[in-house]
Amino acid sequence: MTTAETAGPRAVPRTGVAAALTSLVDRWPLHLALIVISLIWLLPTAALLISSFRPADQVLTSGWWNALGSPFDFTIQNYQDVLEGNNIGQSFINSLFVSIPATLIPIMIAAFAAFAFSWMEFPGRDWLFILVVGLLVIPLQSTLLPVLQLTTSIGLTGSFLAIWLAHTGFGLPFGIFLLRNFIGSMPREMFESAYIDGASPVTAFFRLVMPLAVPAIASMAIFQFMWVWNDLLVALIILGGTADVAPLPVSIAGLVNSLGQGWHLLTAAAFVSMLLPLVVFFSLQRYFVRGIMGGSVKG
Amino acid sequence: MDTLLMAIVVVIGVPAAVCGYIIATEWVLRFAGPNARARIRPWLWVLPAFAFLITFMIYPTIRTLLASFQNARSTEFVGLDNYVQLLNRDTFWQTLLNNALWIVFFTAIVVGMGLIVAVLTDRVRYETVVKTVIFVPMAISFVAAGVIWSFMYNFNADIGTVNAGITAFGAEAVPLLLESPLNTFLLIIVGIWMWVGFAMIILSAGLKGISAELLEAARMDGATELQVFFRIILPLLAPTIAVVATTIVITALKTFDIVYVMTGGRYGTEVIGTLFYNERFTNRNIGTSSAVAIILLLAIIPVMIFNIRRFRAQEAIR
Repeated sequence: MTTAETAGPRAVPRTGVAAALTSLVDRWPLHLALIVISLIWLLPTAALLISSFRPADQVLTSGWWNALGSPFDFTIQNYQDVLEGNNIGQSFINSLFVSIPATLIPIMIAAFAAFAFSWMEFPGRDWLFILVVGLLVIPLQSTLLPVLQLTTSIGLTGSFLAIWLAHTGFGLPFGIFLLRNFIGSMPREMFESAYIDGASPVTAFFRLVMPLAVPAIASMAIFQFMWVWNDLLVALIILGGTADVAPLPVSIAGLVNSLGQGWHLLTAAAFVSMLLPLVVFFSLQRYFVRGIMGGSVKG
Repeated sequence: MDTLLMAIVVVIGVPAAVCGYIIATEWVLRFAGPNARARIRPWLWVLPAFAFLITFMIYPTIRTLLASFQNARSTEFVGLDNYVQLLNRDTFWQTLLNNALWIVFFTAIVVGMGLIVAVLTDRVRYETVVKTVIFVPMAISFVAAGVIWSFMYNFNADIGTVNAGITAFGAEAVPLLLESPLNTFLLIIVGIWMWVGFAMIILSAGLKGISAELLEAARMDGATELQVFFRIILPLLAPTIAVVATTIVITALKTFDIVYVMTGGRYGTEVIGTLFYNERFTNRNIGTSSAVAIILLLAIIPVMIFNIRRFRAQEAIR
């Protein structure tokens, strides 16, 4: 696994083995606390992972901890079953089709708006931005039913396009807020000299703003992607439960209802759904804190 | 639809369409005079954003407000009937109480543990390992988390980890998710497991912003670790804690997925989020479900005002 932060610890004296040992003994409560917390946090996921590789009859009759002793009896049968027989493979592709545009569109549109809010003058600019800050907390629940009526009236309910548009609308306030903080802290001289050299705002946006805003864009991408990939409520309502468009959370929630105690399949399906967000998070995490804190924290 | 065609649309068509829009605006602006160009341009840049915000947030919220004063099928106005009917239900107060439990315990423990882990990991060399372990559940969907924890809480002591622990001490296995109010607390634990990572990452970033020299100076002057924490770290972190706490309170108010997947809101675990869903899709009553959504919105308005105030104070410093 890659590292979450590159900054080193600072309270640890680095003078010789003896000192290190003393500090280890002195600080055993600290180490013990951290190790216990980490183990507690790992336990549920470890139980899931181990169970997903156990044969079905064993998952249903004995606890996952029994698999830790001999005989070691593991199988990938559950994954084969769930990918082929339970629509999880198709759902994985559906989830990609839902999540990629529903991440890209709001990033671009939020970046356009954030650039205008930061570096263009227009009447009512500050009030419109305060409106965006207010919209940050609007609960999905208070908007979903009219959105459903709207998509139904234009015949889009159950289509990918409808859910891209809905997720774009719901993700924009956070995106505009995050990107405006970051883009707004770029140096004014940079834009002035670009415009003197005859660059248009479009050129400045694609050549200067977008490349420099990568940390903020990456943290927005992580949030939006994890939120869309993991979303159940919007998908249930806008896409409905039809198998050919159902993304992973909808299919897994369906499996929970239909299988009840089919733990061997549920554990495998749940693990399949966790893979991509983890990959996205670990590959983009070095930008994460820098992007989300904008200029407010020097870290 | 054809999978390959869809993939091309998703990967090439959609980004091209969005970028195409902004490039097209500059082309259109060529036909305007220089003054008009500078006046119109900002509006073209914010137009897509506000088109989406109006269509998917502002207009629907107003429609929901109207529907909350209408009958089950939105055909006629019934005044405050939906609200009165909700407030007269015994179960509705249970629902509000559950949300209150979520707000108090979920927020306090997530922020508290996030802070503790951030401060503790700051002092060890394996900081990144612990942080990664704590953050992983954040990337997991509520549905997958629901599966993981239903498995943990399973009544069968041969399978369920928690009941295996309970029976190991000689006690009887407990039907954990069926007993109210225990089950609400068990669901809150799932939420805590998922969200501490978020609080920790942001608080830890704030912590790194506090100068090491300042803390060192306080220690040299004889301050104990507890004094350093309460007198220096905590006050300096207060703005960051406010950001995290508001996010977590909103999450607590909006809770839906964990409860929906693990109990469906049954056995006395109903929260506003699941009540909204059940009213709309089980009872098929648009009126009451809209009223539930508006009650949720009303509960969130103080947080919204707090957010806007904090934002304006921050802008004043910039």
